Amino acid sequence: MSNVPADLKYTKSHEWVRTLADGTLEIGITDHAQHALGDLVFVEVPDAGRVVKAGEPCAVVESVKAASDVYTPLDGEVTAGNPRLADVPETVNSEPYGAGWLWRLRSRPGALAAAGLMSAAEYEKLLEAEGG
Amino acid sequence: MFPLHQELGARIVDFGGWDMPVQYSSQIGEHHAVRRAAGVFDVSHMCVVDLRGARVRAFLELLLANDVGRLRTPGKALYSCMLNEPGGVLDDLIVYYLAESWFRAVVNAGTRDRDLAWMRRHAASFGVELSERTDLAMLAIQGPEARAKAAQLLAPEDAAAALALGSFSGRELSGWFVARTGYTGEDGFEVMLPAAAAIPAWRKLNSLGVASCGLGARDTLRLEAGMNLYGNDMDESTQPFESNLGWTVALEPAGRAFIGRAPLEAIAARGSRAKLVGLVLEDRGVLRSHQKVLAPAVGEGEITSGTFAPTLERSIALARVPAATGASVQVEVRGKLLNARVVKPPFVRFGKSLIG
Repeated sequence: MSNVPADLKYTKSHEWVRTLADGTLEIGITDHAQHALGDLVFVEVPDAGRVVKAGEPCAVVESVKAASDVYTPLDGEVTAGNPRLADVPETVNSEPYGAGWLWRLRSRPGALAAAGLMSAAEYEKLLEAEGG
Repeated sequence: MFPLHQELGARIVDFGGWDMPVQYSSQIGEHHAVRRAAGVFDVSHMCVVDLRGARVRAFLELLLANDVGRLRTPGKALYSCMLNEPGGVLDDLIVYYLAESWFRAVVNAGTRDRDLAWMRRHAASFGVELSERTDLAMLAIQGPEARAKAAQLLAPEDAAAALALGSFSGRELSGWFVARTGYTGEDGFEVMLPAAAAIPAWRKLNSLGVASCGLGARDTLRLEAGMNLYGNDMDESTQPFESNLGWTVALEPAGRAFIGRAPLEAIAARGSRAKLVGLVLEDRGVLRSHQKVLAPAVGEGEITSGTFAPTLERSIALARVPAATGASVQVEVRGKLLNARVVKPPFVRFGKSLIG
């Protein structure tokens, strides 16, 4: 069973989005995604200052087997890539919703609400439908 | 074996028409189990063919680029390429000398149909009969503790005989064929046994602490061991000298006419234009097959197999590059040029790094 925290928003491509206290957004991949990818051995995150468009690949997570793109669900400017992952990429496996976050993004106010992302309950349904 | 793999929670993929387990728990964990203790792989997809006939040795002298004349002790194995007329690699295989009228070949699953057709075509004039041993399952038990654990599957006298096997030798023991061979760079056995015996053997091995391992770990282990994978690192469009397999081509004795000999002699005389080398990534990232390799002032090549190497905790690859390539290259990864060191495979042998 995958862990799906209730306070996050989710995408069909298995990213999650958290709103931080200062209004910036934190983005990572879900427990389901990290499990499907297997042991991660390399993670490339975007640099602060990069301006991104929704749907654009922003990070790469590589398992022993393969490299996978991670897409930004929202437009905005990257405020930080997670520096920890250069040395400890497996943090994404062990703490996908915590220390394994990928990047932080400053988006327009209200952009998250307008983006139509899934609630935890909706994402759980998607996982069920995908057989996972 | 499929129900057992499902029961053990394996992630299954289709591999050349076979449902094969990729990983059971963690691919890296399975890799380390083999380097440090022991693991068991289901390699029943490999195609086992018995070759029988009074002139089977002469047939194999024609068919194989390596020289079966080197096989003088029953049970001894030989690794060889099987070439087409232009010298391209149709397959790589292991052949065991069991008796003067009985050899056994183990060929790749992905090339099975083509291999069998090719062998049959040339076997007829030697009166050699082929029989595929679909009745046998095949388990590879690999790692520093593998032989001692696997011997516990056998009756005491058979166990003693198995433990006495020299490297690259096998023998028939009470209906099981046990060989001291493998594809991991570790000591161990490959065991061909009646299909019905495979599941109980697997469970016994698990109970002895031998880890269930999938094709994912098999790939990282073989790549660390510098062993080629057919279809990735060589195929019918490449010849052995550009595939780090020149050591398997027996041009001596000069009188042995084998298929592909003439073009290989010509290449041996003028030198191969390309070579297959090992790469060790100096920067962060992961090398993958088909990435472009840039050799400064020499030319370009391509990665044929690349991975993260769990034993070395860095990325390694095999790459086909121009023959004049020196000690360092760059690899293009998602538009960036990363630095890699050129080494001679293997990267790891018997649990130890060889790359310095």
